[in-house]
Amino acid sequence: MPDRERTLRTDVVILRRQDYGEADRLLVLLTAGHGKLRALAKGARKPFARKAGHLELYALVDMQLARGREWYTVREAETREPFLALREDLVRSSYASHFVELIDRFTGEHDASRAEFELLVSSLERLCTSADPRSIARYFELGLLGLAGFAPSLHQCAIGQEDVQPQDQFFSPPDGGVICPNHHAGLDRGLPISLPALKVLRYMQTQPWKAVQGVNIGAALHLELERLLLAYLTYVLEQRLQSVEFLRRLRREDG
Amino acid sequence: MSQAIPKPVTQLVEAFSRLPGIGPKTASRLTYYLLRAPDELSQTLAAAIGDLKAKTRTCSICYNITEEDPCPICRDEAREQGTLVIVEEPLDVLAVERTGAYQGRYHVLHGAISPVEGIGPEDLKIRELVARVQAGGVLEVIIATNPGMEGDATAMYVQRQLVPTGVKITRLARGLPTGGDLEYVDSVTLLRALQGRQEM
Ligand SMILES: [Zn+2]
Repeated sequence: MPDRERTLRTDVVILRRQDYGEADRLLVLLTAGHGKLRALAKGARKPFARKAGHLELYALVDMQLARGREWYTVREAETREPFLALREDLVRSSYASHFVELIDRFTGEHDASRAEFELLVSSLERLCTSADPRSIARYFELGLLGLAGFAPSLHQCAIGQEDVQPQDQFFSPPDGGVICPNHHAGLDRGLPISLPALKVLRYMQTQPWKAVQGVNIGAALHLELERLLLAYLTYVLEQRLQSVEFLRRLRREDG
Repeated sequence: MSQAIPKPVTQLVEAFSRLPGIGPKTASRLTYYLLRAPDELSQTLAAAIGDLKAKTRTCSICYNITEEDPCPICRDEAREQGTLVIVEEPLDVLAVERTGAYQGRYHVLHGAISPVEGIGPEDLKIRELVARVQAGGVLEVIIATNPGMEGDATAMYVQRQLVPTGVKITRLARGLPTGGDLEYVDSVTLLRALQGRQEM
């Protein structure tokens, strides 16, 4: 049974928004306790609407919502954390859209857990303060994969199930993780994964951010980690990731 | 939809439903309204919709929607060549024109960068803007994208692309809305209004 409460008050992150009708906005929200849902913000596009400034993308907002027939309506909105640094730096804002895109793709209406909400909020916070978004992104991706039930297998061979040895291995998205060189022989799938990359992924998968943020990762290793995780995410979602294309473009243009 | 409904009706309902902000209910209401209204209304509407695409084009200089190319603003010799206001949509040109205070020209991007929605720089008239500035004669570019995540990202991206040309780049000041009450203003708007304060 859906709950019959008419209004609810919750912290939300605004994932997406589109113009609706004359002056309204239709929002896709990730809420702290009620999953992902849609809400209509009436009059939000008028600049003097007092809610307008509190309905910014990726902001953490304390919101009061009223249940309607098709979707919710925003009654009150008060920004708790605007994550301003995201809006003032193109690379950071692109990483934020990557996070939001992944959350949106991995969750259906009403069905996100509080853990996903907390992962998103803490990752946006980290993006605002850290100099290097890459570790934050990989940590977020692994966390989200875990919550969605797609944690890659990094300790046992995904085919033979035996413990993998400390050596270079292969990573196979269709098999859901690492394949040892023996079981990889004769297969036409699987990307090479270096031992350092495997170690970092394992560490990220099992350790809290406080420990992970201190790990020193070189540029080549960063590229390898990104390539592996994005290959896996693209496979799991069966879709290209749009924000990633934009991030790659920025990187290309920067030379 | 039920078989009892004639095909021309379902066709129009479906066509209306594809417009932004119109759900299936509104689409049905509009359709049945037209059925009851005098024939003349449907005919005027149909003709106007036909003309919309047949008789408009985008200006080859500023990319605003126009009947003739170049558009009246680009053709107007009295308007300053050296200043460009960059906007997301043709309607934004009208908004700036309504101030009556701007004598320069425009460049319409036709959208804002939104990676999540799959809208990248290549979908906007950014390359065309850079070429226009490179061609010379432009002294200042005023970025007037909407305040907010997508407008900010677009402004920053446009800025990156224009820096090598050496043109002066400014952005509309972001401040307090007239008629607003300070206590309801969000902290970002207030912060930016504070940063952009002016001596009096
Ligand atoms: Zn023009």
